[in-house]
Amino acid sequence: MKYVKAFGQFWYDFVIGDDPKIAVAVVIALAVLVGALSIGLFGDAGLAVLGGVLIVAAFTVTLLVDTRPRVNRDR
Amino acid sequence: MTAAVWGVVIAAFVASFVEMVEATTIVMAMGFTRGWRSALIGSAAAVGALAVVTVAAGYAIATWLPESVLQLVVGCLLLIFGLQWLRKAILRASGRKAVHDEDAIYQKEVAAAQAAGTGAGGLDMFAFMVSFKGVFLEGTEVVFIVITFGLNAHNVPAAALGALGAIIIVPAIGLAVKRPLSMINENLLKYVVGLLLASFGTYWAVAGVGVFRAGHQVLSWPGHDLAILVLLAAWFALSRVFIAALRDREKATVAA
Repeated sequence: MKYVKAFGQFWYDFVIGDDPKIAVAVVIALAVLVGALSIGLFGDAGLAVLGGVLIVAAFTVTLLVDTRPRVNRDR
Repeated sequence: MTAAVWGVVIAAFVASFVEMVEATTIVMAMGFTRGWRSALIGSAAAVGALAVVTVAAGYAIATWLPESVLQLVVGCLLLIFGLQWLRKAILRASGRKAVHDEDAIYQKEVAAAQAAGTGAGGLDMFAFMVSFKGVFLEGTEVVFIVITFGLNAHNVPAAALGALGAIIIVPAIGLAVKRPLSMINENLLKYVVGLLLASFGTYWAVAGVGVFRAGHQVLSWPGHDLAILVLLAAWFALSRVFIAALRDREKATVAA
């Protein structure tokens, strides 16, 4: 069991790394794209561009959260 | 070779180059401090283990994962992996994260090697294990990149060729200069790799979403493979905006 846990931890660290927000953001972006696909929002080209925009936007949000100015709690 | 195949070869080469620099630093620290025999045997054992892992993983993925799902799953993994690299590169370039210092890593490994005791056997287990672990962990990333790039581009040999080039060239440079490879701008390379992985990952992950429609056909990007260049430009522009904004904020904080 210890080895299974260590194996899982290794792959988690390897792919997800120290910022799980990125993985979550990518999954949400692709889920929205699947929703757009299922309702027939655009053709192939439109969906591909939408997917690219969603992923770039999702990454932007995660980085904005990471780099937001810290609030001085001493005040 | 087409431009797309060259893209796969170059991306696999640059990504593997970075990993090989890190592995070579560890092996050189062990070799110069503890002796080359054990360091090289440890490295060779890691390469052997990686070969087994590569064959097993490649077989499992190709056998158990339907091709329609492959592009989505592998594209997603590559995208998440690549965005992690890009995030770290942006934070490093803007001064929010310590830059990767190969000299410091080398000195740390040398200090650990000198502090470790010597065993009684013929094989220096410390040098063996540290070299094995370093080559195996960095090599795993190379294998991951070759498998993901190769399977998605339907051209594993092209990705393997790029990786093989790095596997030969980096140790050869290390052997020639006989010192840590700190003259290589690794932080810049990591930034480039982050951009490449993010661009290819976006392209494949989005295309793979097509498995959710009837017929399971992948989504077709406008311009096909040329869309990767547009994605590369978009990721580059976004990263420059973040780096500039974060640098300005750091300067303002210091000035205040």
